[in-house]
Amino acid sequence: MRANNERWDLAGRDMEALLAEAAALQGESLWQDARRRLRRNRTAWWSLLFLLAFGLLSLCAPLLPIPSPVALDLQTEPMPPIAPWTEFGNHNYTREYWELSAIDSAAVDLRAAIFDDWQTGSWMGRDSKGRDILSRIVWGSRTSIIVALIATLCSLAIGVTYGAFSGLSGGRIDNLMMRIVDVLYSVPFIFVVIFLITIVNEYRTELEDNWGIGRETVFYLVIGAIYWLTMARVVRGQVLSLKNSEFIEAARVLGASTRRILFVHLVPNVLSIVIVYLTLTIPAVMLFEAFLSFLGLGIEPPKVSWGLLAVDGTEAINPLRIFWWLVVFPAAAMGSVLLALNILGDGLRDALDPKLRGKD
Amino acid sequence: MTRFLLRRFMWFAITLFTVVTISFFLMRSVRGGPFDTDRALNEAVRINIEARYHLDWPLWKQYAHYVGPFNLDRHGPEFLGGDGSDLFGGVLTGDFGPSFRYRDYTVNDIIAQSLPISALLGTVAMMWALALGITTGMLSALRRGSGLDISLRLAATGGIALPNFVIAGFLVILFVFLVPLFPVAGWGSLRHMLLPGFALGAPFAAYISRLTRTGMLETLSQDHIRTAWAKGLTPRLVIMRHALKGGILPVVSYLGPATAGILTGSLVIEKIFYIPGTGSHFVNSALNRDYTLSMGVTILFTVLVYSLNLVVDLAYTLLDPRIKLEDE
Repeated sequence: MRANNERWDLAGRDMEALLAEAAALQGESLWQDARRRLRRNRTAWWSLLFLLAFGLLSLCAPLLPIPSPVALDLQTEPMPPIAPWTEFGNHNYTREYWELSAIDSAAVDLRAAIFDDWQTGSWMGRDSKGRDILSRIVWGSRTSIIVALIATLCSLAIGVTYGAFSGLSGGRIDNLMMRIVDVLYSVPFIFVVIFLITIVNEYRTELEDNWGIGRETVFYLVIGAIYWLTMARVVRGQVLSLKNSEFIEAARVLGASTRRILFVHLVPNVLSIVIVYLTLTIPAVMLFEAFLSFLGLGIEPPKVSWGLLAVDGTEAINPLRIFWWLVVFPAAAMGSVLLALNILGDGLRDALDPKLRGKD
Repeated sequence: MTRFLLRRFMWFAITLFTVVTISFFLMRSVRGGPFDTDRALNEAVRINIEARYHLDWPLWKQYAHYVGPFNLDRHGPEFLGGDGSDLFGGVLTGDFGPSFRYRDYTVNDIIAQSLPISALLGTVAMMWALALGITTGMLSALRRGSGLDISLRLAATGGIALPNFVIAGFLVILFVFLVPLFPVAGWGSLRHMLLPGFALGAPFAAYISRLTRTGMLETLSQDHIRTAWAKGLTPRLVIMRHALKGGILPVVSYLGPATAGILTGSLVIEKIFYIPGTGSHFVNSALNRDYTLSMGVTILFTVLVYSLNLVVDLAYTLLDPRIKLEDE
């Protein structure tokens, strides 16, 4: 009996020491760990920085002293690039754009106020209509990035709602909902989409006048509507495994409120995998935009997107003279951004993988 | 097994029914038909055309006629000017009806002419993608971390990151204009197939390469491979017989989506290289509002992709004994 008490005392002292030690320990959250590991993955980190820089560049497009992306100069045939050290800039800027938003339009005014009619030279050449390639790439990036972001968010909204609902419901509903996803996987959606877009085109004026829905909005919705499948599956799987996991139960036992469980425990865990799929969906959507633009069903001139630029370049290929700058520069811009996105997505997947947590 | 097949078939029927029904009603309710021209048609001509394509019928009757398997055409063969052998039977009998644009052609005629071309192109692309992807993926996995591995992985990511028409553009500049090895466009001989086949297969080769690399790396670290080495098997045997089998499992399950992707990619590649395949017909039909043709191709490709997915699932269970067909 006595011996027992002593042991208890010992245990009590140990426990205090243990608790003190535990309190001094700083836990590492999922995100801190992920950030540390992402930074260690040098290519992924550089991809992230590159993408941020590129995003900033395309955001500032109206402020940059670049030529107008649509100003025609029909006298010329495709003009080869002029190196910046030969001709750095000139004073031929004209204010020609498609219908810009109020903010962009103000930014263009600001640009005109700062740089007046000075613009950079044709560092990347001009196309067959005399439009500046550099400017078209920068302005095109805006369209492509916006399409990609909105369509991806669209797919995110559908996929997460569907997946979470399916996972949380469980049972027959879950079974049926996932069966539907399985079936949709084997429908070649592109064909259905092309079919739909051509039909929507018949009604575009009505849609625009009565509902304010432009062709691009339809475009986002349609793309979002095909890319949600994987997201739904992934989210459902995650929710299903989290729903019954020990740490959720532990939190519940400790008296955490439903809201706390939802936002502190469930959301971050689902979020990590969602972010990974977002970075991988964006390049897929950009490729799809290019694909539809190639078929003449995507973004319409005078607006410009990378898909359209790539199409222009491909169409200019002919056996007589090779206008390489029309193909190489748009392809390089598109390729590097998509490459960076893919690398970042892979890096994020590794960084957020809980199985690899704490390891290198 | 039988239950599994039956279940899949049931879902397939439901899917197809939905696709057919929705696209049929969308197509018929849309304003502006394939016969609209800039000038107004002569009234008599319009009535005749509408009668010829049954556009004067109530919608439900048109639908029943389109789906089949019975012919509701009261006029019979003499109206169509045939001997009755070309009686329309409906989608259920595999008859997609007359094309709205190419007069005197049925959708089946057009598909029969173009599908072999597309199938051949797709097969070339798939073979290419598999051969290139699996070889580079294996090399990458075996020489992990080497310069070869890094450059192959970079090339693979590049292949995924570029649209296939840009790849095709580079290929044309390089191998047609700078080094004249291949013809620009057209169809007929093996030389016509290689360039479009490669351009079409490139993104899939890249993806397969990545899948093979990951799969091989995972398999190579498993116990049965260690046993195989310990038994003193030659590297060749270990890699080709034991590691590869487990390593390409992810590739097998990717074949379904890859087929769908190659069908999609062929829309673009056929247009670039002027190949008279089903894909280019589909694009034209969508732009021309040739609704029966574009619906026919959509249905055909849905069936194709679905059946291939089924075959892939079955093959998967043969390759990996741990996987059982879901039989809920």
